[in-house]
Amino acid sequence: MTQYAEGITAEIVKEHGLSDEEYAIILDRMGRAPNMNELGIFSVMWSEHCSYKSSRLHLGKFPTKGDKVIQGPGENAGVIDIGDGQACVFKMESHNHPSYIEPYQGAATGVGGILRDVFTMGARPIAALNALRFGAHDHPKTRQLVSGVVAGIGGYGNCVGVPTVGGETNFHEGYDGNILVNAMAVGLADADKIFYARGAEAGQPIVYVGSKTGRDGIHGATMASAEFDDESEEKRPTVQVGDPFVEKKLIEACLELMSTDAIAAIQDMGAAGLTSSAIEMADKGGIGIELNMDTVPQRETNMTTYEMMLSESQERMLVIMKPGREDVAMRIFKKWELDVAVIGQTTDTGRMVLNHHGEVVCDMPIAPLADDAPKYDRPHFAPEVRAQISAKDVAKPAHMGNVLLSLMTSPNMASKAWIWNQYDRHVMADTAASSEDPSDAAVVRVHGTDKALAITTDCTPRYCFADPFEGGKQTVAEAWRNLTATGADPIAITDCLNFGNPERPEIMGQFVGCVEGMAEACRALDFPVVSGNVSLYNETNGVAIPPTPAVGAVGLIPNINQRAGFGGMKAGQILLAVGDTRGVMGASLYLRVIEEREDGGSPPVDLAVEKVNGDFVRGQIRSGRVVACHDISDGGLACAAADMALASGIGIKLAHEGDLPMHGFLFGEDQARYLIAADKEDAVAMLQDAKADDIPLMVVGLAGGDAISVNGAHNLDLVKLREAWEGWLPDLMNKVGED
Amino acid sequence: MKSAVIVFPGSNCDRDAHDALKRVTGQAPAMVWHQDTTLPEGLDFIMIPGGFSYGDYLRCGAMASRSAIMPAVIAHAATGAPILGVCNGFQILAESGLLPGALMRNAGLNFVCEKAPLTVANSNTRFTSAYAGRSDLTIPIAHHDGNYNADEETLERIEGEGQIIFRYGRNPNGSVHDIAGVMNENGNIMGMMPHPERAVDVNHGGTDGLALFESLLGSA
Repeated sequence: MTQYAEGITAEIVKEHGLSDEEYAIILDRMGRAPNMNELGIFSVMWSEHCSYKSSRLHLGKFPTKGDKVIQGPGENAGVIDIGDGQACVFKMESHNHPSYIEPYQGAATGVGGILRDVFTMGARPIAALNALRFGAHDHPKTRQLVSGVVAGIGGYGNCVGVPTVGGETNFHEGYDGNILVNAMAVGLADADKIFYARGAEAGQPIVYVGSKTGRDGIHGATMASAEFDDESEEKRPTVQVGDPFVEKKLIEACLELMSTDAIAAIQDMGAAGLTSSAIEMADKGGIGIELNMDTVPQRETNMTTYEMMLSESQERMLVIMKPGREDVAMRIFKKWELDVAVIGQTTDTGRMVLNHHGEVVCDMPIAPLADDAPKYDRPHFAPEVRAQISAKDVAKPAHMGNVLLSLMTSPNMASKAWIWNQYDRHVMADTAASSEDPSDAAVVRVHGTDKALAITTDCTPRYCFADPFEGGKQTVAEAWRNLTATGADPIAITDCLNFGNPERPEIMGQFVGCVEGMAEACRALDFPVVSGNVSLYNETNGVAIPPTPAVGAVGLIPNINQRAGFGGMKAGQILLAVGDTRGVMGASLYLRVIEEREDGGSPPVDLAVEKVNGDFVRGQIRSGRVVACHDISDGGLACAAADMALASGIGIKLAHEGDLPMHGFLFGEDQARYLIAADKEDAVAMLQDAKADDIPLMVVGLAGGDAISVNGAHNLDLVKLREAWEGWLPDLMNKVGED
Repeated sequence: MKSAVIVFPGSNCDRDAHDALKRVTGQAPAMVWHQDTTLPEGLDFIMIPGGFSYGDYLRCGAMASRSAIMPAVIAHAATGAPILGVCNGFQILAESGLLPGALMRNAGLNFVCEKAPLTVANSNTRFTSAYAGRSDLTIPIAHHDGNYNADEETLERIEGEGQIIFRYGRNPNGSVHDIAGVMNENGNIMGMMPHPERAVDVNHGGTDGLALFESLLGSA
């Protein structure tokens, strides 16, 4: 006979997302039946979102250490060494479920949350990026979601004054019922002044700072750990509401507090709010916590302990101070007109005790809520291996220029200026390359130095669906390539793993395959994972999203004046391709757009070749020979060339001979390739270097004219291309009366 | 040149303004907190930076224009000292009544960030003298409420008096007469939506903002 406290039933336990087995463990760990407050706390802490119960086992496969890693996964964000006593702090996180339900606030609070993860660690946020996936462009909900999400990202980021410098936006029918909003933040700190959630000891005061606690976002973490159905819109009250003005003040106040020596440990209140921030700091310090709920700043009257502990009100932080230093926090937070209150103290009991209205309303052990939370080895199987498709298996198109126009104006390739023009990309005055610039990664100067960070987000879900392992490898390799193409030394990544329901073995198989593929690429490229986030249950009525393990990557450009973009090419300059072109067409953009199919294997990624080719490219950029450099990815060599032509305002004459069918040469998606433009004498020197190093490098064209052509035919006029490429998204967003 | 930057809660271009001033004048500006009621002695120049003072709540610039430091700024303006408001700073100066006109929501309703082509409408001012002989500039904009408007009579007057300093080459926000920057009648207070402090380094993608600060330095 299962035991329940007064007022609690099996039905209530189920509504809290806890299985019978999990409830049995709770009874065991508590030694009695939990009351409503305790049940609520178990519910959020054991949610997939907070506990990583399905994924933790596999996340251990990622390499997380390296010469440059100061802090790997497990803290609020990852920290890497960028030399001269400076550190870069970064992380990417999903806000998928709330953004679908309430796009503006969902996306806005996604930005707010990831910024807090970064400044919690003592870093000033210096850049924001995002990775967005929407449903089919002509799905009836898509336009509303795009405009809401974009306005939300801009509304928050612009106001806090952190430039939104890059990102990617994809459209695919696989996201019709579950969009993905992944936000990344990057910050800068002194390497010896990083703040952690660990480090608290018993007998220290706990200080609450930021906004008041309201009734918003209650059970947000639990909502984000379940599938959607037709009634999901009713979950709108679980979405939090952001206030970027408070966040801006919170950044300044926290950084000011951090410049003193008063903090023992600090944690932002993100998912599961006060509950998870208190528990994480207590667990990491191996201590207990006692809170007086009467002293929690409250926005509404008569709030219960349950509501306060589960609220996800935004812009709040919990600080454990060194004893006797509370006054420092009081003074600084009052100056910034923010709420601040001592709400409790740390203890040596290993328990969380909550007092409200003079009564103990919760008394539970901390360990089962954190490290000792359930961990599942979910059954999984890999998808069937798909056959590779080469250009010889694909019908030859009649006019290559028309194909190129179709690819370049397809939803994923068309210009996204309509989106990024709504983001302040220049505030802080250190942006050297953002979405508007022809650069494979955003470039942000390290303030007051000649160093710069190269930052990118990437993922190719088509490949991950076709072959999770190769797709996982490719995602990491492409991010590494993006950084390399700017001339940066790639350092580390953060991941944001978006998948469907892990209780389905085929979905779990996608997850495991992608993680293992990513881990292999991280090892081969010396590109460790330093932070990350997992978002599961991205499904509606049993239909899952394509596997989308997005990656945010950071590299260092030692001298900002020695970098490359993919514009600035001039007539007469030579176009060279680094890497072998064999015409791999499986799961390619070509098949999807031109033949309306997505079959075939993912392009194989040879990581050793990837490394060698990339190192060659980086060396050539630093030697000053490279005028322009672009990685070759979606749509193959021809689309990379078209990007360069558009960015430079000059045509390109491509030349192809040999056995490989022309459409394989132009549109094949072989990996480990780059397109480089250089003056003739530099091209000759590069060819000599490549020969000596055994790097595949060949001349593929010449800059000049006002069209893109192949072997003197198949012309695509640049003016016509630009008009269609720039016009696609504004036409979609501004059209009237068709939905 | 001794300068000051006024910092409100929500200002987010204060550091950029500081750095640009330091770069051009060789002297770091004083950072003045909104709750102060006096300014440092002997100021040659005051800059009111961009951002979202008080979250842009109520109306952009409305609350900042009534903050504790503003009486001192207004008194200093009356002495004829130069004051520049950029973006939110422009909105604050307009809300304070120090500049003619008002800034409304962009005509397209969206936030707009782009490197805006500008023309110098009057280079015979203490803010723009170093632009003499140059007409076309590119300076970044980033705002949601930069749609300048004024009544017909005011427009006629400021056009006639040469108080319009910058115009957009391609109107991004619906501003009347393509106005991007205006000056007061005395010629010592200017507001502009474009951000000259974001165009002072080659890595910004352009240095067309430098001459503005150089003009001020020359007139100080």
